[in-house]
Amino acid sequence: MVARDLTVRYEDFAALVDATLTVRYGEALGVVGPNGSGKSTLLKTIAGLLQPSSGSLSVLGSPPLKLPPGVTAYVPQVEAVDWSFPATVWDVVAMGRFARLHFWQRFGAQDREVVRRALEVVKMSALAGRHIASLSGGQQQRAFVARAIAQEPRLLLLDEPTTGVDAATEEALRRIVRELVAGGLPVVMATHDLDRVNEWFDRLLVLDRRVLALGTPDEVVASGTYAAIREHTHTHGHLRHDHEPHAAHAAHPEILR
Amino acid sequence: MEVLTEPFHYAFMQRAFVAALAVGVLCSTMGTYVILRKLSFIGDGIAHASFAGIVIAYLRGANFYIGAGVVAVLTAVGIGFVHRRGRISLDTTIGVLFTGMFALGVYLMSQQRSYAIDLQSFLFGDILAVQPEDLWLILALSVVVAIAVIVLFRGLLYTTFDPVVAQASGIASPAYEYALLVMLALTIVISLQAVGIVLVAALLVTPAAAAYQLTSRFAPMMALASLFGAACTVGGLYLSYYVRASSGATIVLLATLLFFASMGAKYLLRATARAA
Repeated sequence: MVARDLTVRYEDFAALVDATLTVRYGEALGVVGPNGSGKSTLLKTIAGLLQPSSGSLSVLGSPPLKLPPGVTAYVPQVEAVDWSFPATVWDVVAMGRFARLHFWQRFGAQDREVVRRALEVVKMSALAGRHIASLSGGQQQRAFVARAIAQEPRLLLLDEPTTGVDAATEEALRRIVRELVAGGLPVVMATHDLDRVNEWFDRLLVLDRRVLALGTPDEVVASGTYAAIREHTHTHGHLRHDHEPHAAHAAHPEILR
Repeated sequence: MEVLTEPFHYAFMQRAFVAALAVGVLCSTMGTYVILRKLSFIGDGIAHASFAGIVIAYLRGANFYIGAGVVAVLTAVGIGFVHRRGRISLDTTIGVLFTGMFALGVYLMSQQRSYAIDLQSFLFGDILAVQPEDLWLILALSVVVAIAVIVLFRGLLYTTFDPVVAQASGIASPAYEYALLVMLALTIVISLQAVGIVLVAALLVTPAAAAYQLTSRFAPMMALASLFGAACTVGGLYLSYYVRASSGATIVLLATLLFFASMGAKYLLRATARAA
């Protein structure tokens, strides 16, 4: 995935300005920044849910909206679904297959196998027959991650999946992400949680509407930007734009192909 | 036995039963989406708007279904468009469009010297007046909508449950929304003659709402809803023959009873589950 000078506006407000970044195969990119720093905007734009107002964006060489169905899987920050919808955990995870099936194709044995394995990965097999309304917050989150896995995407976008889940679920999610990445899947994940970034991510993007830093967690920590973000994130404030983007990292996007 | 089969002796009753069956199954199948997408108001809106089409068709000497169908589809697409483009909520959009179109129908009709159109039959339906050519049209459109439900099944299900994530995975949620609105418009037009403008909304909502009480997965809810819908329309028509009451009203009353019976059954099932 490559973004060059990506700017996204809501009406008059620029939520993301001149972002340039790449995501490579088999890498987990963590996106950190204070509230309102454009983390969700970046993920939604990559998912094709928002249109960039300028700059370019390509996923596997195409703009998001030109991609064939099923390429990008997205797990939003807050699932705004109706929890009383008549669906079991199995039904929800099975939806992950829908983008991959033409209408004349049956939901076959292979699809069921993929769903079964996705449930296994998130340790939800035992709850497959449960109605979604009866799940805990962590279980709901894992069901939606399983749906994304069942899609067999080429790019996975996770928006703060650890918000509001217990420590065990968080650790389970971290292990799932690392397994997927080890299997070659690129993962972009926004997070509020600035502890243990080394264990989660291969590279870190520090965002405050602009790209402030992009590099390995160690490099970013050494650059000092991270400490500033950390301080501001913890006080829930907004960064002033007196930091120059780290040109050394931002100016040389590598092409993912 | 003779008493029970008596209604079927008349050709117009036979046509009415076939039409009732088609309308019952179709409305309640579409009603599943209406309930889960919280579009109850739309059925009412499109039905009222189509009144303008009925009047225009009458004044021009055109077919009732064509007039109602064109206006219903245009209104449905218009609702989707205004909702997506304008910063107006869906129920406000519907409220504005449907009252406007209904008023247009009343305005055009009031300019006529005599009320040649039987307003009563359009408002409350007259399934006994279904002509052979009407029946063919009802059946043909039912097949079209049924095929659309089958072909679009997975996409409609995903975009109904989670339009944002479906869209991100490459399933075009807006296209499905428009398709659903058009299917809904066709369903309503088919049903107008059977239950009328005022009561079609009930047929879209009530059987599906009853099925929603008793099921916890989507496909069974849709199947049960269509069964309930068929039972209400066919049963209501049958009943109306004996009690000599308006067929549309009897059908809807039966559906309402069924809804409360489902609610009761749900609580009973829960209570016995807890006791066990």
